[in-house]
Amino acid sequence: MPAFLRRPDPRALPALLWLVLFMVVPCLLLFAYAFFERGTWGGIVYTFTLGNFARVFDPLYAGVFLTSARIAATATAIALLIAYPAAYAISRAPRRRQPILLFFAVLPFWSNYLIRTYAWIVLLNREGLINSLLTSAGYTGEPLSMLYTEGAVIVGLVYNYLPFVILAIYSSLSRLDPQLAEASRDLGAGPVRTFLRVTLPMTLPGVAAGGVFIFVLSIGNFVTPALLGGGRFQMIGNLVYDQFLTANDWPFGAALGMILILLMLLLLTIQARLTDRAAGTRPPAREEAA
Amino acid sequence: MKPHRWAGRTILILVFGFLYLPIAVLVGLSFNASGLPTVWSGFTLQWYGALASNSDILGAASNTLIVAAFATLISTILGTLLALGLENRRRNGTVVEALVFAPMVIPDIVLAVGLLSFFSRLGLPLGLHTIVVSHVIFCLAFVCSIVRARLKHFDHSIVEASRDLGASGWTTFWRVTCPVLLPAIIAGALLAFTLSIDEFIIAFFTAGAGRSSITLPMQIYSMIRFGITPEINALATLVMGVSATALILSQWLNKDTLR
Repeated sequence: MPAFLRRPDPRALPALLWLVLFMVVPCLLLFAYAFFERGTWGGIVYTFTLGNFARVFDPLYAGVFLTSARIAATATAIALLIAYPAAYAISRAPRRRQPILLFFAVLPFWSNYLIRTYAWIVLLNREGLINSLLTSAGYTGEPLSMLYTEGAVIVGLVYNYLPFVILAIYSSLSRLDPQLAEASRDLGAGPVRTFLRVTLPMTLPGVAAGGVFIFVLSIGNFVTPALLGGGRFQMIGNLVYDQFLTANDWPFGAALGMILILLMLLLLTIQARLTDRAAGTRPPAREEAA
Repeated sequence: MKPHRWAGRTILILVFGFLYLPIAVLVGLSFNASGLPTVWSGFTLQWYGALASNSDILGAASNTLIVAAFATLISTILGTLLALGLENRRRNGTVVEALVFAPMVIPDIVLAVGLLSFFSRLGLPLGLHTIVVSHVIFCLAFVCSIVRARLKHFDHSIVEASRDLGASGWTTFWRVTCPVLLPAIIAGALLAFTLSIDEFIIAFFTAGAGRSSITLPMQIYSMIRFGITPEINALATLVMGVSATALILSQWLNKDTLR
């Protein structure tokens, strides 16, 4: 038997069967549905077609793809810019305090997603906390419309997924040998140069893991655009939701789902490549020895 | 004091402020008599009282507890056995490892519509049981990863010692392996429980129509869409409190593994 199919221990079988039956089979079914046609009254007509994938390039849907890619990319960039310094600060805290700091950074992530999103409705709406703070600070203009904007959607995504990005970057940083940075400093590189040439390249796998995670979950999200975007900003997740629950076009919804899976696999492959490369990286000493 | 230490401290204060202030505002408002974010008019528990007499919320809460109880029970058993099975081999096939990793990374909307397609293809009526089946998928993956981490630190010579002293496989499991693993198993169960009570998207797609199988997150979603009410603040505070308690307990039980 080939190594990748090595027979599992019998105790693992019940769980593996559960995963095959309720995760793999449904995904394969979705994959199959993506190549069938939709019936006139919904339902599925079993004739082969590539039309569901072609529809993705329809200007109507291409627009949704571009909007959601832009929103997800912005959220990813902002989250990485906040998470890196945070993870770095945790990794430089006294060693015995690090687990507790990390735990409280990640704690919100495990709690209710809807409630964390709802908290931002309370803060951002026209009669919300931020507007009333502005008023009591002497601001007399129209209340700011912050809710139901692209910015609100981005803030919601960053807020919800930030803990995981911090965790991913921290785990990379904590594995980094501090002697490498010291060596770089001893060899005359300044702190900025040491960071850019040693620390950052070696922690890129963590950055990539966190980035892939927030990007894929953002682009497939439907809750945050619905609640904080007021339905004005569609993400791919909203499209999938609509095909299954309102438009009754399951084959097209299945095709969109497959595109999300493919995107995730593609990004995870890139992330794995980065990890391999970082594992083989030595501090770049040869080039530009100045 | 070194400047970088101040920089680190400032960053941490800002990031923790960003993470926790919105939740703190919600908790504070749930005790505000006026129910408005703008005016503080004194401490009250009336919004919590209003929850207790709202039959929709009570029904949804009881559904959530039923689902979470079954999902936790099944996923704890399956996840623990899976961890024992996987750690028993020096290497597992990459297919098996990918299968166990997948529930943690697959976008939930894809799993949700996949399960909906699957259940309706089988002609299975949707309800609380289909939510349980679906929740077990990701719950067992997290239970497994926590128990596996514990097993990696496990000193296998005590198992051998037990067998050498004549204990049977079962006796060894119940008297030796289980006590050592128990904190991790309970930690995993608590995490599974929180994940299940807070899960919305998959439950939403696999619950079917009708009020009878609405869970608490589904109830919260429909309430939020109609706007902000003081009752939601109170409900949110309670739900957050339950999750945070379970998670802190889970972390505390499992602290030896993490050290």
